[in-house]
Amino acid sequence: MKRIGLYLLPLAAFLVVAVFLLRGLWLNPREVPSPFIDKPAPAFSLAQLAKPDAQFAPADMKGQVWLLNVWASWCVACRQEHPLLVELARNKAVPIIGLNYKDKPDAAVKWLAQLGDPYDLSVKDLDGRIGIEYGVYGVPETFVIDKDGVIRFKQIGPVTEEAWRKTLLPLIEKLRSA
Amino acid sequence: MRILLALLLAAWLPLAATPAMATTEPTAMDPVAARRLVDLAAQLRCLVCQNQSIAESDAELAVDLRKQINEQIAAGKTDREIVDFMVTRYGDFVLYKPPFKASTVLLWVGPIALLLVAVFFFLRTLTVRRARIQERPLTDAERAEAQRLLASTDRNKS
Repeated sequence: MKRIGLYLLPLAAFLVVAVFLLRGLWLNPREVPSPFIDKPAPAFSLAQLAKPDAQFAPADMKGQVWLLNVWASWCVACRQEHPLLVELARNKAVPIIGLNYKDKPDAAVKWLAQLGDPYDLSVKDLDGRIGIEYGVYGVPETFVIDKDGVIRFKQIGPVTEEAWRKTLLPLIEKLRSA
Repeated sequence: MRILLALLLAAWLPLAATPAMATTEPTAMDPVAARRLVDLAAQLRCLVCQNQSIAESDAELAVDLRKQINEQIAAGKTDREIVDFMVTRYGDFVLYKPPFKASTVLLWVGPIALLLVAVFFFLRTLTVRRARIQERPLTDAERAEAQRLLASTDRNKS
């Protein structure tokens, strides 16, 4: 009986390795966990897209749960998530601030005029410096920021209907009641 | 065998080559700083094209990050500070060499632990086997038989 146990050992080892590798197959290497989760959103002050004279800082949103959505007119995936954002804005689901990342302001304004403007306001990150501060490595990305200005979640890639329903909305509701 | 060796060598060569900067950015900087820029950029993973370092990648983000490194070198930051800057923003994932910490213990210690376990079982098997062999002197009858056999083979040879 002891011998059989010994012979089964390699099989067991193989199964353990197989389970790990199988799990690895379903992980998305593009989704790099953000080191900012549960950390304060980095402060910045940038000129607004619509009103270049006015500035915006994340501290202005204190006391609200809000989304910081990184977008650009040159970004194809942004087009994909845009209708959902517009709908959220129409339903006043959550305040959305746009970080217009490495874009030409003219092109950005035109893009919003064409497709609708879901943003409470957008700020211009012309050289992508604030993007780096937030660890942005692709557009679009969306941060969920709580009442105290702490980042609670980062959606990498477009916000899909499913991501909104299953992850973002429940999280926002939880943060609001907190 | 020789083919295998040639294949191995071919696979090794690209690794040996030093990473060249992907794009020609203005490099009016002193050679020491330039060297540091390349060294630092080569340690950091480009998150857009994940199998290239920031030094090799042509992605826009990599260009921006090289610019960042460049500025920070100019500002007198140490290599360590610059790497920390990247890690706080992009996480440990930017490092090609993962740091040793609780979540990576298995990664770093695993192979050594596996080797130790293997050595342990190997030695144990040897001792068990040695214990099972019984040393027993030959009886007189057996000795005589052995000598007879030896003698007979000797005769056959000659």
